[in-house]
Amino acid sequence: MGEYNKKTDWESPKGLREPIKTLEDKWKLVPSFLQVKGLVKQHIDSFNYFINVEIKKIVQANEKVFCDADPLFYIKYLNAYVGTPDLEEGYNITKPTTPHECRLRDMTYSAPITVDIEYIRGNQRVIKNKQLIGRMPLMLRSSNCILTNKSDYELAHLNECPHDPGGYFIIRGQEKVILIQEQQSRNRMIVDEFKGAIQCQVTSSTHEKKTRTNVIVKNGKYVLRHNALSDDIPIAVAFKAMGICSDQEIMQLVGTDDTTMKKMGPCIIECHNLKIFTQLQALIYIGSKLKVKRYQTANARTPVDEARDLLATTILAHVTVENYNFYVKAIYLAIMVKRVIDAENNKATVDDPDYYGNKRLELAGSLLALMFEDLFKRFNWELKSTADKIIPKVKAAPFDVVKHMRPDLITNGLFGAISSGNWTIKRFKMERHGVTQVLSRLSYISALGMMTRVNSQFEKTRKVSGPRSLQPSQWGMLCPSDTPEGESCGLVKNLALMTHITTECSEEPIARLACNAGVEDVRLLGGEEINHPAAYMVFLNGNILGVSRQYKKLIRVFRMFRRRGLISAFVSIYPNHNQRTVYICSDGGRLCRPYIIVENGRPLVQQCHINELNRGIRNFQDFLNDGLIEYLDVNEENDSHIATVEAEINPYVTTHLEIEPFTILGVCAGLVPYPHHNQSPRNTYQCAMGKQAMGTIGYNQKNRIDTLMYNLVYPQCPMVKTRTIELTHFDKLPAGQNATVAVMSYSGYDIEDALILNKASIDRGYGRCLVYKSAKTTMKRYSNQTSDRILGPSRDACTGKIIRAHEILDSDGIAAPGEMVENRQVLINKQMPPVTINPVPQGQPQQIEYKDVPVTYKGPVESYIEKVMVSSNSEDAFLIKILLRQTRIPEIGDKFSSRHGQKGVTGLIVQQEDMPFNDRGICPDMIMNPHGFPSRMTVGKTIELLAGKAGLMEGKFHYGTAFGGSEVIDVCKELEKHGYNYHGKDIFYSGLTGEPLEAYIYSGPVYYQKLKHMVQDKMHARARGPRAVLTRQPTEGRSRDGGLRLGEMERDCLIGYGASMLMMERLMLASDAFNADICGSCGRLAGRAWCHACRSSAAVSSVEMPYACKLLFQELASMNIVPKLTLKKYC
Amino acid sequence: MPHSDQKPKIILEEFRLKNAPNDFGMADEKWSFKKFTKHFRIVIVRMDNCEMEFDLIGIQPAFANAFRRLMLSEVPSMAIEKVMIKNNTSIIQDEVLAHRLGLIPLKADPRLFEYRPEDAADGTEFNTLEFSLKVKCTNNKSHSKDSYRPEDLYENHSVYSSQMKWHPIGNQISVYKESDVGPVHSDILISKMRPGHELDLHMIAVKGIGKDHAKFSPVATASYRLLPEVVLTREVCGAEAALLQRCFSPGVVGLDHAGRAFVQSARYDSCSRNVYRYDEIKDAVLLSRVRDHFIFNVESVGAMAPNVIFVEAVKILRDKCKSLLDELNML
Repeated sequence: MGEYNKKTDWESPKGLREPIKTLEDKWKLVPSFLQVKGLVKQHIDSFNYFINVEIKKIVQANEKVFCDADPLFYIKYLNAYVGTPDLEEGYNITKPTTPHECRLRDMTYSAPITVDIEYIRGNQRVIKNKQLIGRMPLMLRSSNCILTNKSDYELAHLNECPHDPGGYFIIRGQEKVILIQEQQSRNRMIVDEFKGAIQCQVTSSTHEKKTRTNVIVKNGKYVLRHNALSDDIPIAVAFKAMGICSDQEIMQLVGTDDTTMKKMGPCIIECHNLKIFTQLQALIYIGSKLKVKRYQTANARTPVDEARDLLATTILAHVTVENYNFYVKAIYLAIMVKRVIDAENNKATVDDPDYYGNKRLELAGSLLALMFEDLFKRFNWELKSTADKIIPKVKAAPFDVVKHMRPDLITNGLFGAISSGNWTIKRFKMERHGVTQVLSRLSYISALGMMTRVNSQFEKTRKVSGPRSLQPSQWGMLCPSDTPEGESCGLVKNLALMTHITTECSEEPIARLACNAGVEDVRLLGGEEINHPAAYMVFLNGNILGVSRQYKKLIRVFRMFRRRGLISAFVSIYPNHNQRTVYICSDGGRLCRPYIIVENGRPLVQQCHINELNRGIRNFQDFLNDGLIEYLDVNEENDSHIATVEAEINPYVTTHLEIEPFTILGVCAGLVPYPHHNQSPRNTYQCAMGKQAMGTIGYNQKNRIDTLMYNLVYPQCPMVKTRTIELTHFDKLPAGQNATVAVMSYSGYDIEDALILNKASIDRGYGRCLVYKSAKTTMKRYSNQTSDRILGPSRDACTGKIIRAHEILDSDGIAAPGEMVENRQVLINKQMPPVTINPVPQGQPQQIEYKDVPVTYKGPVESYIEKVMVSSNSEDAFLIKILLRQTRIPEIGDKFSSRHGQKGVTGLIVQQEDMPFNDRGICPDMIMNPHGFPSRMTVGKTIELLAGKAGLMEGKFHYGTAFGGSEVIDVCKELEKHGYNYHGKDIFYSGLTGEPLEAYIYSGPVYYQKLKHMVQDKMHARARGPRAVLTRQPTEGRSRDGGLRLGEMERDCLIGYGASMLMMERLMLASDAFNADICGSCGRLAGRAWCHACRSSAAVSSVEMPYACKLLFQELASMNIVPKLTLKKYC
Repeated sequence: MPHSDQKPKIILEEFRLKNAPNDFGMADEKWSFKKFTKHFRIVIVRMDNCEMEFDLIGIQPAFANAFRRLMLSEVPSMAIEKVMIKNNTSIIQDEVLAHRLGLIPLKADPRLFEYRPEDAADGTEFNTLEFSLKVKCTNNKSHSKDSYRPEDLYENHSVYSSQMKWHPIGNQISVYKESDVGPVHSDILISKMRPGHELDLHMIAVKGIGKDHAKFSPVATASYRLLPEVVLTREVCGAEAALLQRCFSPGVVGLDHAGRAFVQSARYDSCSRNVYRYDEIKDAVLLSRVRDHFIFNVESVGAMAPNVIFVEAVKILRDKCKSLLDELNML
């Protein structure tokens, strides 16, 4: 592509040869983009579209409800609105709320959905406005959220962090994210090879239906396959059923070249063999292949009618058929056949199902729309059935449908779906699990990373590599580094920094524009004209729009209109020369990305524009409006020639220029300095670890009461920043500290990536973290008028002192803030009535015996009570939350990691005087073993160290931005300028001997993250302890104080060694030894030295065996299998 | 190789440090007191209240290192060890606040105090200093309407170390002056507050050593380096001389009127060894360090003068040796 005006300067080669000047500060377009679009704008845009536009469309599509009992009765929905967030405080009383209040009080951040309705009451027509039909959970920072367009100061008053991205929901106090779901695009033909046979598949999806239609090759003939049909239909029969009865017409539609004719021949012959010549015959044939319905409705139609209906509405459902005129659908089917024939001739035309142009991302808005439509239909169906039931009854007051509108159905449906993540939509037979996840608040980055996560619908267990591997078309759209390891590797992806996901825009104006640009209606054309080599078929969102003879003009006009802003910036148009088609897309869920437009070898964005941007008089939208930048989706991107930097612009072909290459990475990968110097898996590891790093989670972290929160006491901004760090505000909410690292060996406690820490650094606050946990309870009220209660501390009967377990309780029975809690102490002294269902006899309510159900603290290390919250939840019950705090100092075994996927545990903590020191008296905070480098090839880390060291001397932050950042050579020169060694290696003295070390030591600051895995949470040992009731074996797991298992493989070792007594001890005596009484004569278990079977105790002897063995014998006996033991004296 | 003198040296090669070929390590030498007294010298180069640079010449590294280690970890000083929190409604956590208070250097001569026994319930005037900090942040009623700076809006929005108050116990009031006791620096930020926040703390400072916790270390850092030596092995002039000059710290290499390079003073060379990057001049210099010339740098945190700290370290070593000898004699 690329049309150039002849008159421009490219005729004079002088202008061309001039090197194109690099735009300075071009990267500033990225923050400008993020200012307009934000990091989670996709979610918010999609949700906004749903609550402002789509919900109205859905209500309109289902606007009328009729009743079988009364033909005059109807309800008509006139309009629907989603309001502003509030809480229901009693009947019809609401109060505006804030997200933070909902978090604390375990409420749902939601807004009422109201409708204007017109209905019949008695025989009057009544209009009622603002009728509540349900509540809609609100996405934070969406158009109806109170946080939108608030200044930082206002946000602070609402207890909200200004850097919090929003885009999630708060359901019953839990923050929930609806993950982006990736799926194959709908209504598109996909040609693929399935078990050696070529097939063309279309998944059609309309508001009512979702069906799949295939054209496949079967015995050298083409057949139509569909779920609603019990058998494959020969393609010629399908054409005839659609009213294309003559064989010539069929051939003209499919194509009249020799190979096509040859391939189609057998199909036509088959049709003749079946003796099908007319449309009716074909319909009868199809009617006979219909799947038998389980239940027949009363007014059963003929199979012919059914078949015709099926063809019109179910097969290729997205191609609309009016008045049973199947012509367009027949053309569509012909194209499918043609694609199969093409693919047979040329394997290269088989589509790649993993290609990102064929993918659509479903966001919160569209998923909620599906859910809402389903619930709304059910709501209407329920209204209808109540009307059916009540209207026939004669009543004093006329039937008022408003009284039967129960908002619970929609409210609970939406709340339940988001809180459980189960998306069950009956009309599409869709059942998906794990659509939502709890927003991880381990660190700011983990929350942000979650908002950009893309979940693939693909099964995790299938062993195909295609969907997991990195697709070239993901370039710039999805982060190449950020994916988990293990089973979901490559299936869970993350959006890149500048990716935008489109929302749907209306087709009509685009269709009209296309017609004006020379697209001819296909219904007016015959097969020969459609298949003419000069004609290009034009598709709009997978539907046939028409045929164009000047496709180049069409494309140029479209792009021009888009750049002028006359049509939506997210409409894409691109040709496919193999298929001789032009595709226009305006549907939602496409991935797209902005690019600078290049015309005649010059980027349209000039330095003057950037200067205007710097001065703040131009923003990203202005660039779009002026047609300097445009969005390209994956398909159009692959039809463009994009230069990465100005120098790569080729005036004859280049159409676009990349804004900044570092934006191909996502939020998490953006934290890594110099990622382009690292081995690629290391960046992937860091992406996973950055989410476990503790630091700060938001400016409101001190006001939150989360079940688990990790904070660093003194978090620092990294010495080596990246542009992404600034764009995501990681420098304001950091998670880590700059440690002076010496790369050397020390003591042998640093093998296998272990780190040596300096005790003085720890004393001074390095790696100190706060761990917050919360305890929570509610005071329930029961149906029998009883309720839970809280008592003050109990006193010892003898001494009159408060008992130890209650020592920290205040007189109100709740632990006091600031107190230290130890293991098994009571936090809330709650009591509960034993009977909660049967009514208590009136008159003596004081005599109820209460049962203690205290909330106790468990943990080997004591905590402090940070704060106590007493409030009420949505059920109006008292809600008590207690926030507990621990301050943890790094200890041996705590996990640390740099930003290069280099994790390690603390191996040894060394006194400062034992640490090596350099000429300037600096001793490192941390010693890292150099063996960590050669196999990991994390060159980025070595550069980070250099750049950090130079930055310290210069008093500035260096940049390690991907594909850019400070150059090593400049950094080293800076070091040299300040009297340091050019290579960053210094002389160190041993702290132990005082003599200089023989090697020069590479040392400098590296940003280290403290990871959430700490020894204190994992340490576990047991001598004796609890046992499982059934087997009498020690319990399992740390939380149950379980035993340490001697597993199968360990057992094998002992067998191999022949240590039978040790085996006996470990497997039986230390586990579940049991003295069973066995009757020697019958060999069965005898109870209490008395054999019930032999009625004697003569031969009973005691045998020591595992309890599990005894249990097995008993269980076998219960199934009529008698295990018998033969006893012998062995001594 | 020119043997200009018989000082033991370690040679800075391009990729490693190497002992001079004639040097078999000082550990091998037979130590004689006579020889030691003849060669040993201390030169104080620079000294002020907080920092001192001095040379220890003619001593074995084990001794120099012992002094360094003792200064860091065994010379005692006073620091806040216990914080009784009566009220803390500020956003800073009790533990973090206590940690911060502990790290504040205190003006108090540790030589005048005793170690507090571990099991002692109450401190005495001889082993304990008591401080209190009682601050409440309030709205500044008289602030001007236009200003939104926290310092104008609120009173006591920042708590500084100067707000700590000393509570003399026993006879302390007559022994110490008010100005002798308290934080060394008055402008250490302890916490930031907003109206309604309140701190009411009682702090107990005791004597301790750096081995126990870094806050008891009397020095910010104490370290030494070996005296660098730069020897030109051939004549360097012209552009090469200028390049050579740039490879060293300022003042190390000078140029004479003929543009020839000469070594002015290598003492303050940072030993960056950047000269090895240039093939044309890397053969012109011999970089080395004198193995028995230690340039000490002691930075005191302020409780004791650096020279006192060094003397204390020497005393500790002496006492340790004495006790070892006593133990040996007991056998």
